[in-house]
Amino acid sequence: MTDNKKVVEIIKVMAEIIHENAQFLTDLDAPIGDNDHGINMDRGFQKVLEDLPGVENSDIGAILKKTGMDLVSTVGGSSGPLYGTAFMKAGAAVAGKNEIDADDFIDIMDAAVGGVQLRGKAEKGEKTMLDAMIPAVEAIKKGVDAGKTPAEFLADGVEAAKEGVEYTKTIIATKGRASYVGERSIGHQDPGATSFTLLLESIAALYN
Amino acid sequence: MVGIVIVSHSKKLAEGVVELSRLISGECPMVAAGGLEDGGFGTSYERIEAAIESVYSDDGVVVIMDMGSSCMTTEMVIENMEGKKVEMIDCPMVEGAAAAAAESESGSTLEEVKQAAIDAAGESKF
Ligand SMILES: Nc1ncnc2c1ncn2[C@@H]1O[C@H](COP(=O)(O)OP(=O)(O)OP(=O)(O)O)[C@@H](O)[C@H]1O
Ligand SMILES: [Mg+2]
Repeated sequence: MTDNKKVVEIIKVMAEIIHENAQFLTDLDAPIGDNDHGINMDRGFQKVLEDLPGVENSDIGAILKKTGMDLVSTVGGSSGPLYGTAFMKAGAAVAGKNEIDADDFIDIMDAAVGGVQLRGKAEKGEKTMLDAMIPAVEAIKKGVDAGKTPAEFLADGVEAAKEGVEYTKTIIATKGRASYVGERSIGHQDPGATSFTLLLESIAALYN
Repeated sequence: MVGIVIVSHSKKLAEGVVELSRLISGECPMVAAGGLEDGGFGTSYERIEAAIESVYSDDGVVVIMDMGSSCMTTEMVIENMEGKKVEMIDCPMVEGAAAAAAESESGSTLEEVKQAAIDAAGESKF
């Protein structure tokens, strides 16, 4: 499905898309958070981008691990340790590999969800990035099982993530900063669920 | 003495808590890790790591955090300090810090300092 060169390309696209959407993500964080999600994510991915040349020729596990470490040390909000742990666990799942197939990709996504849950102790339905991640991974698994191509199962994943984002509008936040606004969080989509969808779209963009 | 680190999104808040605790317990090794490198709001892995190291001794270090990423980032720093005696305390920041500082200054163990901070949560103010 992917070699390490393509993973580097994907991460570059992630940084680009996050940068383009930084204001949008920050604006989503205003009513239910502290108005910084896009700023945080952009700061993190700019550092990732800066460090990419140093790991370009490393295996996929090492590239993902470095990405995670950079996010942990530069994002500055909850999304830092959360996405950071996700990328680091994803890297550990494919340690030493220079090429990965669809099953490895599922391992990566499972490890990412596991990482977010390990760090943030949230479940589905708490209005967090997990409400996009969990259904996306389920859709991707179904697609892989059905023998779909990467372009197809990634499109399914993006579709499910978007539905997850819509779902976050209907529920009350019970984890993270948004939990302080309680019922007033209804009607607003979760910034982290939105940024996850953008990251998945970045992967999908390279398979069209 | 057990070292104490105060982690907050706000540089001013972390420094203020240290300042307040020091009025009572000036001898205790206590330091603030607040805000980002550029002074903005947020939590910084590097600042927390450096703060823990600056007050570290064989007696260990306890860390008191405000919320959200303060806790998650501190947890990651501690995970990467394998073999070191560093623990987070789940307690109110101001009261917990004052109680922990007083306990540390009297030469108590890390466990005792931790317990003093946790107990501070049960004290009613009036
Ligand atoms: N415990 C958690 N589990 C999963 N996701 C979480 C958790 N807490 C927050 N999030 C996600 O993080 C997003 C917010 O990220 P952001 O970068 O704005 O951090 P923050 O909330 O400002 O951090 P801080 O804890 O420093 O205040 C939320 O939209 C949500 O998706
Ligand atoms: Mg925020």
